Amino acid sequence: MASKPRTLYEKIWDDHVVETRDDGTAIIYIDRHLVHEVTSPQAFEALRLAGRPVRRPELTLAVPDHNLPTTKRRDARGNKVPIADPQSAAQLEALEKNAPDFGIRYIGDADAQQGIVHVVGPEQGFSLPGTTIVCGDSHTASHGGLGALAFGIGTSEVEHVLATQTLLLQRSNSMEVRVEGELAPGVTAKDLIMHIIGVIGAAGGSGYVIEYRGPVFEHMSVEQRLTVCNMSIEAGARAGLIAPDETVFDYLRGKPMAPKGADWDEAVAYWRTLHTDPGAQFDKSVVIDAANVQPSVTWGTSPEDVVAIGANVPSPESFADESKRAAARKSLDYMGLTPGTRMTDIPVENIFIGSCTNSRIEDLRAAASVLKGRKKADNVRWAIVVPGSGLVKQQAEEEGLDRIFLDAGFEWREPGCSACLGMNPDKVPPGERCASTSNRNFVGRQGPGARTHLLSPAMAAAAAVKGHLADVRELS
Amino acid sequence: MDALSTVEGRAIPFGAKNVDTDIIIPAEWLKTITREGLGEGAFQSVRAEPGNVFDDPAYQGAPILIAGDNFGCGSSREHAAWAILDLGIRAIVAPSYSDIFSGNAVKNGILPVVLPQEAIDRLMEVANEGHEINVDLETQTVTTPFQDRYSFDIDPFRKHCLLHGLDEVALTLERQAAIGEFEQSRAGARDWLTKGTAI
Repeated sequence: MASKPRTLYEKIWDDHVVETRDDGTAIIYIDRHLVHEVTSPQAFEALRLAGRPVRRPELTLAVPDHNLPTTKRRDARGNKVPIADPQSAAQLEALEKNAPDFGIRYIGDADAQQGIVHVVGPEQGFSLPGTTIVCGDSHTASHGGLGALAFGIGTSEVEHVLATQTLLLQRSNSMEVRVEGELAPGVTAKDLIMHIIGVIGAAGGSGYVIEYRGPVFEHMSVEQRLTVCNMSIEAGARAGLIAPDETVFDYLRGKPMAPKGADWDEAVAYWRTLHTDPGAQFDKSVVIDAANVQPSVTWGTSPEDVVAIGANVPSPESFADESKRAAARKSLDYMGLTPGTRMTDIPVENIFIGSCTNSRIEDLRAAASVLKGRKKADNVRWAIVVPGSGLVKQQAEEEGLDRIFLDAGFEWREPGCSACLGMNPDKVPPGERCASTSNRNFVGRQGPGARTHLLSPAMAAAAAVKGHLADVRELS
Repeated sequence: MDALSTVEGRAIPFGAKNVDTDIIIPAEWLKTITREGLGEGAFQSVRAEPGNVFDDPAYQGAPILIAGDNFGCGSSREHAAWAILDLGIRAIVAPSYSDIFSGNAVKNGILPVVLPQEAIDRLMEVANEGHEINVDLETQTVTTPFQDRYSFDIDPFRKHCLLHGLDEVALTLERQAAIGEFEQSRAGARDWLTKGTAI
């Protein structure tokens, strides 16, 4: 008997159901758990208070990233450089202690493998296709780029996973985002996902797991797929998926924690079954024409506030419903923008290249290729590059990218989350603008009063050179 | 967490849409290693505006918050739920929530009630006039002193957990045998899945 055609999401879900309660809530097995310092201390403390052990410590990987300063972490003698903020220091120390206390593998602040959890997971082969991956961080959606069901969880759920290696979940609805055609030259994965968020809206994916389908995604590198899936949460979807294929297998082959030898062959044989069957039904379908995607940039304080770089700041009156008009007025007021201004006339004082969205080697190469032989404009006060991991940093230095950034007037930093969320000292001052390759342009996200314009690494580099938002295609 | 059956009292007429978790509690407050005291940082950027509802004496200690679409979007930080709880809020009424936030709310004994925008508009009026609102989880209804009566849906498992103040970890630990069987069922065919992570 032929089984019912299933979506990729249904296949991964079905494969992880431990049992389903009468009310439909399922106990879902979790294959991989990433832990960082910010959302875990209360979970470890709760385990301690209840005397509960970690069920499968080897399936959790702990890495500090959010709070770490991106300046030097060891002095010339190899001693730890003290962290100025006592609260940050205490939180980092808590993870450094909790991980070994509970038998969990810990990558330390100065290890070459340290980095943003969502960069480290794929890089180490910890994240694998067809697995369930969680982390107390909403950008866990990134790992969907490998064909994993990956999503962010709260601290109570972190505790739940540590204690039981499972989560209690209701099945989500499935949404297909199908992109037809190919992207034009100069248009990147970041531009595409920003465009998609603009089309479906910041809440458009609520209650859904998105599967991205179409030739565009098949032709993308793994790093580009990670960028796309990363921002699924910005459309409200807890997870985004792209079916794993040869590109993914090639990427994972030989990674430290990936299967080896005969195990590798078995794994790949299984991974090849991980695709949506012909005839499988999605609860919702959205079709995007790739030809409509331009290099994109945000103007407001929600990732859905996105326009093509050639467009103008929209008028609030151009929106159909009153609540959106009111939101736009508020956003423009916060952003200090006047409707009708050309996006390319907006000056920027700060440039941030980094974050779990865009801090991998291809991102740095893209930015460096624009910056090569050029300098940041005089009005750009602060420009930093924060590699996603120590390994990305090493690779970039081997390729000489650090020199290009330094020569262009950028600072070359140690890996971490940095100015994406303004937890560590890397913040954008009140009232100033930042052209940022991160994922959120929320009010105060990069620091109180900071004004964020989201864009791709190449576009951030172009903005640095011009001193205002700019179309990278006009520089090359 | 504390059990919850009814929440009655004044409601903060906030009403804003797409309220993200950075608005609910900015990152600066996430450096704590405890769950307590986050109310002080709650809605910091909103409270910087003169005349905001959160600092209006009329709503001090109000146990209900009225919000717009997509409340709690953005990050997975449970600090957002802890901050709201620390303000004394036990029920939120909004047309929709982000998936992660609503889960975090329930796990902390906060009831996220979903009602259509028309109902929210009416409740905003009632709250703005300073009248009390009643949220009853048992009967799944929201009522006002003016005969307004709105029914809401809630996932039965979430309702059960809220009504009894259940600890989900303890609940799942009762199913350890089933989890062990699941792990056993994958041994052999999926050994490759865990070899690479062995410590």
